[in-house]
Amino acid sequence: MQGNIACAEGALAAGCSFFGGYPITPSTEVAEHMARILPKKGGTFIQMEDELASISSIIGASWAGARSMTATSGPGFSLMMENIGYAVMTETPIVIVNIQRGGPSTGQPTMGAQGDMMQCRFGSHGDYSTIALVPSTVQEMFDLTAKAFNLADRFRCPVFLMSDEIIGHMREKVTIPEEVDIIRRRPLKEGKLPFEPEDDMIPGFPEFGKGYRVHVTGLTHDERGYPEATNCELHSELVTRLVNKIESKRHEIADYDIINPQAEIVFITYGPPGRAVRQLMHDYSDLEIGHLNLRIVWPFPEKVLKEFPNASKFIVPELNMGQMAREIQRHTSIEVESLPKIGGEMHTPDELFRAMGGDS
Amino acid sequence: MKSVEDWYRHDRMPHIFCTGCGNGTVINCTLEAVMQMGWDIDNTIFISGIGCSSRSPGYITTDSLHTTHGRALAFATGVKLAKPEFDVVVFTGDGDLSAIGGNHFIHACRRNINMTVICMNNMIYGMTGGQGSPCTPAGAISTTTPYGATEPVFDLARLAEASGANYSARWTAYHVKELTKAIKVGMEIPGFSFIEAMTQCPTSYGRRNKLRTTTSMLEYMRDNAVLLNKAKRMEAEGRELSPGRFTVGEFVKRFRPALGVVKDEE
Amino acid sequence: MRNEVLFSGFGGQGIILSAVILGRAAAIYDNKFAVQTQVYGPEARGGASMSAVIIEDEEVLYPKVRNPDIYVIMSQQGFEKYGVNAGAKARMLLDSGLVFSRPECRYAEVPATETAKKDLGRVIVANIIMLGALVTATEVVSKAAIEMAVMDSVPKGTEQLNMDALNAGFGLGENCEV
Repeated sequence: MQGNIACAEGALAAGCSFFGGYPITPSTEVAEHMARILPKKGGTFIQMEDELASISSIIGASWAGARSMTATSGPGFSLMMENIGYAVMTETPIVIVNIQRGGPSTGQPTMGAQGDMMQCRFGSHGDYSTIALVPSTVQEMFDLTAKAFNLADRFRCPVFLMSDEIIGHMREKVTIPEEVDIIRRRPLKEGKLPFEPEDDMIPGFPEFGKGYRVHVTGLTHDERGYPEATNCELHSELVTRLVNKIESKRHEIADYDIINPQAEIVFITYGPPGRAVRQLMHDYSDLEIGHLNLRIVWPFPEKVLKEFPNASKFIVPELNMGQMAREIQRHTSIEVESLPKIGGEMHTPDELFRAMGGDS
Repeated sequence: MKSVEDWYRHDRMPHIFCTGCGNGTVINCTLEAVMQMGWDIDNTIFISGIGCSSRSPGYITTDSLHTTHGRALAFATGVKLAKPEFDVVVFTGDGDLSAIGGNHFIHACRRNINMTVICMNNMIYGMTGGQGSPCTPAGAISTTTPYGATEPVFDLARLAEASGANYSARWTAYHVKELTKAIKVGMEIPGFSFIEAMTQCPTSYGRRNKLRTTTSMLEYMRDNAVLLNKAKRMEAEGRELSPGRFTVGEFVKRFRPALGVVKDEE
Repeated sequence: MRNEVLFSGFGGQGIILSAVILGRAAAIYDNKFAVQTQVYGPEARGGASMSAVIIEDEEVLYPKVRNPDIYVIMSQQGFEKYGVNAGAKARMLLDSGLVFSRPECRYAEVPATETAKKDLGRVIVANIIMLGALVTATEVVSKAAIEMAVMDSVPKGTEQLNMDALNAGFGLGENCEV
């Protein structure tokens, strides 16, 4: 099964019933598969007029109670920034799939990249926090897409599946479980105001049509949902909560693999480069190489760096010019070596070997 | 339910609209139409974009979505298609709908998606302090057309018709009865119904264009509105509408196949 | 054991489908691990298209071909772009009617397009003939697995044609010494 198809299947298994999208290489197979399957399952597929509209439509569908998703790539992702902020501010659960390609601009439509990792974290204006998952196998395309819906519903925020052309277009065997865990959003409790947080800082969801009579706005709002755009204290409280409801759980939701934690040289990866590291470890099994592979990159679980007590160097191969390497360096006094690669091809195990100071 | 008052969100009052603003009139006409339709408060969703007009849903006690600039129709498309049994009404303005949201507008018309869209056309960007919009008449003064607007005006009602909407009408905040009736007819018709309501903005438009009072703006709308049939007769006689005048009436009413229609409505 | 199989030809020959079928045969029917990738882009439609399959007994870690040990080349342009780089230890099957160059590695000539045209009357099945020859010449997957994978992947109504093509390929491959 192709990665993009596995992504769509993962969404369907998670109960996604609404897809709004716009064709863009290399993500289009996700939309095509949803267009084929969703109507048969009683769901809705709609091809919108652009990505601004695609993300708007899935936010609307989410308020009407649907698990909703869109899929895109760089240029479309840029257009979505506006309403990513809206989804953050209105605490709307949505899943956004970005099958990354080479940028800036139209760049390399058919080549893989990881150049949008910072954009998915900081791309919309204002302060906020998000959740981003990164698969490195076709199986993970399925698993993490399904998981993204649970995270979106739990945290009431946009959740990103930050994949890339390499995994999106690759075919591998996928085992589809008979059912996947579906943990739906918690409804608003009786007696609570529509945006009144519970103990976990997350308000229950006042779905449209259920008698809550909720007003939803992207303006700074009070717990009733009413605009209060010049209230300094309220704004500070609201945005701080929007950030902290996610950041405070970053270690709890962290999802990663650790191999050889005693090693001195440690590779940190997410997505395809992790597979080059695994191959390197396989090819040079006598070398002590540590590996941290992240499946959730945002929020960044910095405590995991402490799992490598002997580390003298973290090497971070990425299909960009060092976006996460900078984030990692922020959290550690250990040397972080960025190993950027752009152009569309993966790092080879030999390139990683040379980065370790090896002579191949 | 006896009164439109039941549809207002009273704990949100007072509203932010300026003295003399026409938006309240249009909201009243809309709620009157909703009452006549017998719609249920808990099954009606009001959606809007950004601008003065788009603040309207905040004063109505249904579930409502106040979205981003220009995108109301795209959000509404998601709401409606996820739950077609909802009655969906969009409030928008001339800038929101025809400038930043122009593409969404023509595509929502083309899809003929079953919702009612009410555009409060005040010929200006009011919320941001009076900049020119695609509907600012030639010669009119705004903060971004200090020497008079020079670009032609978008005819929104005709644009909706040409783009495929099942219903399109234009009235003004002066023509309260006609406007209410047009909104109701739009709500009855399956498919995309567009009602353009010309509204007075004495604060940002009138003040700069010798229409300083609410009365003078209402008189302006009364005196410059030409019934569509009359305009057609004039056209047949080879007479053109003089500059600054505009047509009002029902531009199209048809029953083309529409999106998001619940089966038993058909 | 890791096999890296690289297919190249021109757009429309079914180069990507060949790789998909081979990967399916290995992963689903031979219970091995497989990854299929391709060069994906407008230049593949008309120019030299390329796709690859990695087959391993264990999980495939690095998913891209590094050093293909088996080449299946179905156009001269494909040979010039990919085939010329074949290492000395590689093996190559080439469509003898369409590829004029010969590599330095071991190779076998398979008249796939000619057989498709003359014996089966449908040039479109040349890739399936090539797949049949690949399987008997290299045993990279089992005959039973490729048969089932072909049946999964071809349009309804063309099963017999494709089986005939696959069998013709089996025959051609048995005579290859690579």
